[in-house]
Amino acid sequence: MHRRTGQLLPFTLVFPSMAFLAVLIVVPLAQALILSFATDNGGFTVENFQRIFADANFSDAWRNTFLLLVLIVPLQVALALAIALLVNSRFRGHRWFFLIYTIPLAVSDLAAGLLWLAAFTERGYLNSVLQTAGVISQPVLWLSFDNFAGLVAAIVIAESWRTTAMVLLILIAGLELIPRELSETAELLGAGRLRRTVHVVLPLLRPSLQSALLIRTIFAFQTFAVVFALAGRNLPVLAGEAYSSYATNQDERTAAAYGVVIVALSLAAIVVYLRLLGPRQAEAQR
Amino acid sequence: MSARVLDRGLIYGSVVVLAIWALIPFYLIAISALTPQANVSDYPKPLIPGSLSAATMQLFLESSGVAPAMLNSLAVALLTVVVGIVLGAPAAYALARFRFRGRAGFEAVVLVTKLFPIAILAIPLAAIFVRLGLYDNLISVALVHSAMALPFVILIIGGVFVELPHDLEEAAETLGCGRWGAFRRVALPPAMPGLAAAAIFAFVISWNEVFAASILTVRTRTLPAQVLASLSTSPLAIKFIAAFFMVLPAIVLIILIRRYLRLVWGPR
Repeated sequence: MHRRTGQLLPFTLVFPSMAFLAVLIVVPLAQALILSFATDNGGFTVENFQRIFADANFSDAWRNTFLLLVLIVPLQVALALAIALLVNSRFRGHRWFFLIYTIPLAVSDLAAGLLWLAAFTERGYLNSVLQTAGVISQPVLWLSFDNFAGLVAAIVIAESWRTTAMVLLILIAGLELIPRELSETAELLGAGRLRRTVHVVLPLLRPSLQSALLIRTIFAFQTFAVVFALAGRNLPVLAGEAYSSYATNQDERTAAAYGVVIVALSLAAIVVYLRLLGPRQAEAQR
Repeated sequence: MSARVLDRGLIYGSVVVLAIWALIPFYLIAISALTPQANVSDYPKPLIPGSLSAATMQLFLESSGVAPAMLNSLAVALLTVVVGIVLGAPAAYALARFRFRGRAGFEAVVLVTKLFPIAILAIPLAAIFVRLGLYDNLISVALVHSAMALPFVILIIGGVFVELPHDLEEAAETLGCGRWGAFRRVALPPAMPGLAAAAIFAFVISWNEVFAASILTVRTRTLPAQVLASLSTSPLAIKFIAAFFMVLPAIVLIILIRRYLRLVWGPR
């Protein structure tokens, strides 16, 4: 499939992308370290980090970011797995339903927050339905600043709704790699659908499940606009504090320190991801 | 027999419930955006609205800042497409067709940048763009969006070239087309839909991006940046209409390229 050729042509084709990414990632990364670790006259300081670590908003942001991660990531992987297994059962019309389930992929985190805002406001559709059904007698303030559980629940719903589609694509691609004969053989041997799923399909799907979990974990550190749309600054998260430090407080050193924390967390997760994926890739190339 | 009927009932029941879950926010935002001004604060709201009106929507589109913001979004997204394709397509072709030193390394770079929080780098980049005189400029936003889109462009186009047979191109070359001629006449035409899909994906990435766009602009806002900046001040009705306009083009475009999505989030 691959042809041996001179090194010059492929190198010339690849070089512009490489250079572009290097400039747009390495240069700002260095600048972020300079901004967050340097003093005005060029000395070294950890003051910016000491300041954000001591800030109550930081510990809240840290806690909330991880709380949302722990709630959202497993939920969406479970939901996506259920959908993937359903679609993979190839019922009549499964292609159409698969298309429907992937549509939220087009939605940005900001838009997802606003979409679900229509449901969760005081006079929104959730309260309307509940009141019409007689479940509640007056509107519930789901998104009030002192309703922590309500805010978290709304964000978990909106973000799970949006990102399940991405996980679904990863899992469907994984399912397509599993030879159908395996499942069919198990069926001939008398294994029911549940046993086939648990003992044949899920073990083989493990790499895809792992990579879905890790990819979503990496992206979870950047969660911010969906939170702003539903909770404003009543629920601080790391990326939200980075944005507010910069845009509202015009404090680019604090913002850069937050940025360094987010990048460090993401890189740690990416390293785990590559470790897990490495042997698999080598296997696939054999 | 009845067990099979039950089984199918269960499958279709869950399939339909999940479809409603996936679609209901779109329905809610559509009826919210089309609610006549007089009914905006009705409660409880009916799930099937009595009357619809585009009047509030028109007001939103005519209100200062929205039309320019949409044009800015469009300009940034188109620039992202151009930079993404010009840089990404050659790299994708090289990855798909050639074995060369550093190939595995470049593949790793693509994989890592796909996951790397590039948007966050807008914070340190802002200081650099200020120095270059590019701050609050659409070009700087498009550069960051291009970096975000590039790995995805490479994955889609690379996936397309890998699946196309290579023999024809070699045959054309031996028959005297030259390498460039063979590429242009034989390899490129069947890959065009894939290139279009990559362009559309890059467009959607840029159209949807809010963090970098908000950090890098003050007055020259893209639509998401404008919406984010006015979240605490704009009335609910306006937020819903803004969401409607952000989501609609993205949905249409993603449906157009549905066959290529597995290349983006497939195994690897």
